[in-house]
Amino acid sequence: MELWFTEEHTDFARFSIKVDEHLYTGQSEFQRIDVFKSKEFGTFFTLDGLMMLTEKDEFIYHEMIVHVPLATNLRVKNVLVIGGGDGGTVRELTRYDTIESIDMVEIDQQVVDVCRRYLPQTSCKLDDPRVKLHFEDGLKFVRTKENAYDLIIVDSTDPFGPGEGLFTKEFYGNCFKALKSDGILVNQHESPYYEEDAKDMQRAHKRIRELFPVCRVYQAHIPTYPSGHWLFGFASKKYDPVRDLNEQAWNALGLKTKYYNTELHKGCFALPTYVLELLANA
Amino acid sequence: MKLTHLKAVVYIKLFQGKAPIYEALQNYKTKRVVPFDVPGHKQGRGNPELREFLGEKCLAVDVNAMKPLDNLGHPVSVIKEAEELAADAFGAHHAFFMVNGTTQAVQAMIMSVCKQGDKIIMPRNVHKSAINALIICGAIPVYVNPGVNKKLGIPLGMALSDVEKAIKENPDAKAVLVNNPTYYGICSNLKAITELAHRHNMYVLVDEAHGTHFYFGDDLPLSAMAAGADMAAVSMHKTGGSLSQSSLLLIGSRLDVGHVRQIINLTQTTSGSYLLLTSLDISRRNLALNGKKIFAKVISLAEYAREEINRIGGYYAFSSELINGDSIFDFDRTKLSVHTRDIGLAGIEVYDILRDDYDIQIEFGDIGNILAIISVGDHAQALERLVSSLSEIKRLKMRDKTGMLEHEYINPVVVMTPQKAFYARQRSVPIEASAGYISGEFIMAYPPGIPILAPGERITKEIIAYIAYAKEKGSFLTGTADMAINNIKIVEE
Repeated sequence: MELWFTEEHTDFARFSIKVDEHLYTGQSEFQRIDVFKSKEFGTFFTLDGLMMLTEKDEFIYHEMIVHVPLATNLRVKNVLVIGGGDGGTVRELTRYDTIESIDMVEIDQQVVDVCRRYLPQTSCKLDDPRVKLHFEDGLKFVRTKENAYDLIIVDSTDPFGPGEGLFTKEFYGNCFKALKSDGILVNQHESPYYEEDAKDMQRAHKRIRELFPVCRVYQAHIPTYPSGHWLFGFASKKYDPVRDLNEQAWNALGLKTKYYNTELHKGCFALPTYVLELLANA
Repeated sequence: MKLTHLKAVVYIKLFQGKAPIYEALQNYKTKRVVPFDVPGHKQGRGNPELREFLGEKCLAVDVNAMKPLDNLGHPVSVIKEAEELAADAFGAHHAFFMVNGTTQAVQAMIMSVCKQGDKIIMPRNVHKSAINALIICGAIPVYVNPGVNKKLGIPLGMALSDVEKAIKENPDAKAVLVNNPTYYGICSNLKAITELAHRHNMYVLVDEAHGTHFYFGDDLPLSAMAAGADMAAVSMHKTGGSLSQSSLLLIGSRLDVGHVRQIINLTQTTSGSYLLLTSLDISRRNLALNGKKIFAKVISLAEYAREEINRIGGYYAFSSELINGDSIFDFDRTKLSVHTRDIGLAGIEVYDILRDDYDIQIEFGDIGNILAIISVGDHAQALERLVSSLSEIKRLKMRDKTGMLEHEYINPVVVMTPQKAFYARQRSVPIEASAGYISGEFIMAYPPGIPILAPGERITKEIIAYIAYAKEKGSFLTGTADMAINNIKIVEE
């Protein structure tokens, strides 16, 4: 039997995975949620037909969105995660004993429920006593906070549909307000490769740059995302991610990772020339 | 028989699930008719770029009046049926589909009951379309001072006693025109004004450009037809979901349908757009079937946003607490009006910042307030963006408010009728040097399109100062023949 999941990366380029089994389909208040099983990538889940994560490559995304800011400032105690309903970001965060509290704000409770059931690999730490789940609009949640967090991680979907508000100037501004004076903001920053994604990437960079004194971008290779070339934003009121990298201290923790290491940390901020140009012209 | 008794007549409710114009167009499409009539783009084939942009489906139904599709100027089949359904849905004696905007509906109302030299009582904060109608037909305005809420700087509704005074002083007036609601959502006591006017044999015309939803939602102000008014101009496209420029003119039983149609046909296009007509038909069906639910949601979204905006501090999102039983008889809670002066920013400045920095387009900003329209198409997350942006604007841009102009109602001195002034011998003078002259044209900020100065009114220093301030703060001023709004045409006396 030929059953394939296909995502259109552009109007003229597609990405397909052969599906073994369609495990779940459901429509929440916000989006359509699907879970599939495949030989190549294990279980994977999609929102409105767009790839969110696969069991096989999710480690890349989640390690890079968490360990880069933590290795820059190991004194992080209070963390806010916006989005991240699959739990992967929280899982990586809970590996640090020094973190005292994690607020996770996910707009769609059904995503969390589905991931708890079908993706224990990522959702396994959502019941950690330090984790508090809030099911509401991230934009609203962060607006009510002031000087409250050491780190905010924006683990969002694309900037259309329910994730739209998480790529706006007002959202980043409210994040700035919610962060302490040495706070760090890390965000899912879209891809520089295809034109449409690149425009969103530039827009996000422009808006963050207007607000934060330190504004850097780093990259990772995520095979199941459009073009595979993916970016993250690192913005901060104080720390530079390369200059302030605390290599020794982080390595002394002895955390076992599959993608991230402190050498890669230094290297991932070195960007291809066309990406630098896109950022400069943002 | 007293007019109010007519409301006791039990209408036979029509089946609102029908949409006759829409169905006729569907049927027309399946026939694959070969067009040798206008429009010349011939279902889009003659204009591929336009077809690509607007879509084939859209251009395929941009067609001319023809037998199976009826004729707007003289409706006998599907348009007639659609108008009857609309009348039924709005509780009117008859409904006219309008394709030249609510502007034309307002003008048709006035011209249906006023001739050259007739008086019409109206608040000064009418839309310019009403005064334009006076230029065309030569009627004389009798203005009722709507009063101003001093803190907010917004014009209010008409007090019943002021209307009564105007009626007593002008017993020969033909009609009273009422905004229901004003742009800011404020309603006069329409039922009492209607009863009063009818006792004095005057018609009641209602500008309901911002009141479509009154006919369908619960807990909303009284609609014109429910209040027993004679005519209402209803902008379906503003809060009802139809296409821009499509509108309804509703009438009660005191007016003759044929006479009103003749008045409409004086200025209406003979190539009425079927895109507009079918959008009215489909929107009426949607509102009749789902309106209650839709507007309950709209109210709850607006109330939520108000609560959150007021919690930010500095802003004042006002609502029904303003009600005073008279000049603010009722308040339309679907409107989201926010007073911004206390954070040291003019409404027009907040309006510009929202658009330029936050990609949020709101309806308008004036000297002290902004207004966001919440409607059938809105959702909670969009409002969250507006609230968050206002919170950010306060954090980043708040400043001292001293030196900001307080808007006062400027009582106009009407020296001659709008028509006489408009057609008089005129010459152009710089605005700052125009004090004392009679204005020959309009000046207004658009939106809201309420004239600061209308033809026939005496120009004062106060008005010139207000125009200068609005210009400095970035209001989009319009009305004068001089596109740069530096000069104004005055009447040569």
